Order: sequence, then C-alpha cells, then structure tokens
Amino acid sequence: MASTACFMIVSRNDIPIYEAEVGTAPKKEDAAHQHQFILHAALDIVQDLAWTTSAMFLKSIDRFNDLVVSVYVTAGHTRLMLLHDSRNDDGIKSFFQEVHELYIKILLNPLYLPGSRITSSHFDTKVRALARKYL
Amino acid sequence: MKQYTNVIDRPLSKGKQEVSLSGFAFLFSELVQYNQTQVDNITQLETRLEDAGYAVGARILELLCHREKGNRRETRLLGILSFVHSTVWKVLFGKVADSLEKGTEHEDEYMISEKELLVNRFISIPKDMGAFNCGAFVAGIVRGVLENAGFQAVVTAHFVPVEGQQRPRTTILIKFAEEVLRREARLG
Repeated sequence: MASTACFMIVSRNDIPIYEAEVGTAPKKEDAAHQHQFILHAALDIVQDLAWTTSAMFLKSIDRFNDLVVSVYVTAGHTRLMLLHDSRNDDGIKSFFQEVHELYIKILLNPLYLPGSRITSSHFDTKVRALARKYL
Repeated sequence: MKQYTNVIDRPLSKGKQEVSLSGFAFLFSELVQYNQTQVDNITQLETRLEDAGYAVGARILELLCHREKGNRRETRLLGILSFVHSTVWKVLFGKVADSLEKGTEHEDEYMISEKELLVNRFISIPKDMGAFNCGAFVAGIVRGVLENAGFQAVVTAHFVPVEGQQRPRTTILIKFAEEVLRREARLG
C-alpha cells in the first residue's frame, strides 16, 4: 500500500463531495491541506483533458515533487482524484472503477441530491477497504 | 430474494426488468395531478415536470455509460444525441425514438420525434390548458442527460399535428448553448 495517498471526489460544480486520506503514513494536519491544494490545482488540467478523450481514466495528469495526481472522470463529469506516491497504474485503475460503481449506487438513491456531500459511513468503509486492496 | 443490509452491497441492476405500463401511467398521472395543485399557471407546471425529469436524466446518464457503454464518456455532440435517441430511449421506453433530425432553420437545434410518447399515451389535454404537453417530463430527462454530460441546452416538448391522424406526435426540441457549438467546432 502507498505511504501517501489522498482521495477526493469533486462534483461537476467543482465542489468536493468526499475526501479521505488513505495512505499509511502518519497523518499531519498541514500535509492534508497541502494535498487538498494540489488536487484543486489540477482541476484546470482535467477540464481541458476531459474533452480530448472518451476514456474515463485519464491516468496521471499532474505531479508535485514526488507526488502524482491521477484522475478518473465519470460520464456526468464527476471527478475522482487520487494523489499518490506509488507507481501502480493498474491498481489505481481498478480502484477508480470500483469506487465509480459505488458512486453510481449512491447517485441512484432518489434521496441523494446529485452534487451534495456523500455522508454514508458504509461508502467510506468500502472506499478505505478498496484503497487497502489496490493501492 | 437475497437481502442486503445496505444499497452499496447490492449489485447494480442489469436493467432486464420491466414495469407494468398501467402502473407507470397511474404513478405519472399522480405526479402531474400533484404538481397541478402546486402551481398557478401552465409554465410553472411544465417547469416542475421538467425538474422531475432532470433528476432522472442525471442518474440515467451515469448508469448507462457504465452499464451499456463500458465506461466510455460521450464528448461529441452527435455521439451524445444518438446516445439519447437510442440507448436512453431503449432503456426507458423499450424502443429507440422514431426519429432524430437536425433543425432546418437553425444550426443549433435538433429534434427527437415520437409518434406516441409513452408518457402521453393515456393523456389528453383539456382545451383550456393550451399548448401544455406532459412530454415536459421527457424533455427534462433529455436535458438532464445532456447537461450532465457537459452539453448545455434548452429542451422543450411540443405537439405537432400529423395529417390524417387524430393524435398529434410529440417533438422534443433541443437547442444547444453557444459554448457547446464553439467547443464542438474546436474539437473539429
């Protein structure tokens, strides 16, 4: 498993709807803020790249020192973003695909308002389990 | 049937089940009647039906791109239109739409026509309600799919009389925003 990994889901209106630090490294307050900052800075690149391909997985699109940003854009332009320091494209792809499926299940709930925060603890547990499995 | 403690554990539906038409017609008629009690005029009623459809469209786009298209997104105008015309229509109404045409007068207009739109099958509009069309719900679905895929558009439903037929057909008129056409031109 990667020592540093920060996972975030950003809605089509550029609002983060789910965040999780999924690395094994001990948590540091300022690092979490920095991760958020790097991921947000990558959004512009995603916006341009998303229209050049029909694939959902955009691979790694940006880097910061030894940290890499990988992005997955869904059909509804919800972006799954992962900041990581490992080189494991296949694992990341599988991780994104399974989280995407979880996200669809959340979205299909008629009581969930698209673009609002995902508060389900079940979802959180599942995402962390997937991170342990693939990253 | 296996019970799941949480929806997240349940596998996504394969989309093979169908619902009874009369059941749907009853539910839809309740939707229209309820909304009718909440509004002052026809425009508001259409807006409310459209909003109800929008929520369906936003979800169906995400689900179908995953299930039917193997996780490919649509980035081109014609691609997303044929996605609506065939994939979406087939899943919602059991058949592809009767026709998809480009508007003759304006470059940014497209039309999806249906001889007998499913939601209008058991509906006749009272004379005093003028041009009201329950197809507004379907127009909302189409708008939900298009906007969430990044194609901003204004979508409206209209009755078009057909010669020699008692029932008019329904045309869903799609007018794309300028920025969508500009991006389309840039992509070449």
